[in-house]
Amino acid sequence: MAEVAFIIIAAITLASAFFVVFSSNLMYSGVALFFTLFGVAGLYVFLYADFLAATQIMVYVGGIMVLILFGIMLTNKIASTDLRQANRGRFMAGLSAFILFLLISAIAVTTQWHTGSPQFLDTTVAKLGMMILYQYLLPFEVASILLLAALIGAALLSRKK
Amino acid sequence: MNSVIDSMMKIFGSLGTGNSALGLVLAVVIAGLVVFTIMAVMAIVAVYFERKVSAFMQDRIGPMEVGIFGFKGGKQFWGGIGQTLADTVKLLVKEDILPKEADKKLMIMAPFIIFIASFLTFIGVPLSDGLVVSDFNIGVFYIMAAGSIGVIGIILAGWSSNNKWSLYGALRSAAQIISYEIPIGLSLMLVVIVVGSLNFGDIVAWQADHRWFFIHSPFAFIAFIIYVIAGVAETNRTPFDIPEAESELVAGWMTEYSGFRWSIFFMSEYANVLIISIIASIIFLGGWLSPLAIFGVHVSWLEGPLWGLFWIFSKAVFFVFVMMWFRWTFPRLRVDQLMYFCWKVLIPFALANLIFISVWELIF
Repeated sequence: MAEVAFIIIAAITLASAFFVVFSSNLMYSGVALFFTLFGVAGLYVFLYADFLAATQIMVYVGGIMVLILFGIMLTNKIASTDLRQANRGRFMAGLSAFILFLLISAIAVTTQWHTGSPQFLDTTVAKLGMMILYQYLLPFEVASILLLAALIGAALLSRKK
Repeated sequence: MNSVIDSMMKIFGSLGTGNSALGLVLAVVIAGLVVFTIMAVMAIVAVYFERKVSAFMQDRIGPMEVGIFGFKGGKQFWGGIGQTLADTVKLLVKEDILPKEADKKLMIMAPFIIFIASFLTFIGVPLSDGLVVSDFNIGVFYIMAAGSIGVIGIILAGWSSNNKWSLYGALRSAAQIISYEIPIGLSLMLVVIVVGSLNFGDIVAWQADHRWFFIHSPFAFIAFIIYVIAGVAETNRTPFDIPEAESELVAGWMTEYSGFRWSIFFMSEYANVLIISIIASIIFLGGWLSPLAIFGVHVSWLEGPLWGLFWIFSKAVFFVFVMMWFRWTFPRLRVDQLMYFCWKVLIPFALANLIFISVWELIF
């Protein structure tokens, strides 16, 4: 049962990801990305990462996706649905994708994965909170400073001169 | 706390209907149909309720006079019940128009994304003690996350209609919903800090042991007010109905929709109103506890799942009424006032609230 659900979710994720890359209509790519991000959230659920799945939906679907759609909508003439992407610069794109692939597979191979039957945690939130505030406090704070800087920068750039 | 899916699985298991996979599929399908029915019935009842409220407040004639099946029109509650039936039939049989220049695929998809957002949110909303489709450990956070999906549908609806007013409505609506999610999240966070759990069952259990949250502390009361105001804005209702302002944008992002697709929008809007009201009653007004529990009086025959359903719905209907009351008495804000109010009034207050409640919790 779980396998069937997993295969369906993985298939949706992959199929919509392919659509994002190969669709020539930017708006359709954006909408397909919506399903990809949703599918990734579904995969997190299979890893018993409930909090991470909800965060994925909240941040990526509810936030980043909206930004992307806004960007597509507003950079084109409002009344026109004719917005194309031509997949130009294939060589550079392929090269960077290949390097990224190597990087990710290197990480995947060297990581010590937790094998064996998955351990069901009653709630992951408390553990995550403790980890963030004790073990990983510095990266957490650095990330928040980075976000704050980006926020102030954006506000400064969009201010009327 | 038990969820509906769990209990149904248990029942199917005891019936011995073979494998558990079939039971799970059956349970999920039944639960889905029940939620859908609740949403549909709720939309019909809420439209009638809204018509009556507006008619009583503004002395409108229409919803007062349409009688049917011997229910005569007039100033009593059943006067005008025929209007509901006429509305439903009209919406279902009306021609479904797709404009020629519209992006048809996205235009068909958009209402379903909005509907799925409300539907997913409803799954995590408890209607009484143990009466929840799926009981999440991260209930509050799940509802915030699932509720944030709807914006995508609104943007797609506005863009695909290929209509200026629709696009402006969608832009305003998206900006508004994303902004007002922050005060909602911050005010719910206050409760989470005090209780130490994101689960709705735990939050209500805490209120049963201590105090209801709207009288817990001055800060919790301010959070309650912030939540109600931001909740009204989150559902795009007056005085925050700028995205669909009739007098300037025709009907905002739903201008080009008609017939059944438009009624899906309506269903989702009223489902969202109900969700916001139920969450407010669970988090701040003790959920399924009887009102006597405020005074520390526990009457045993006024408790239990069925009474819980009654209490939660009486509290929620009160909030729904307040939201309708707002709609028919307040004028609309301007866009800049709306953004000012969110970012420079509600969010600073909500943030200060969080700091003060932490201090309060350390002291008391």
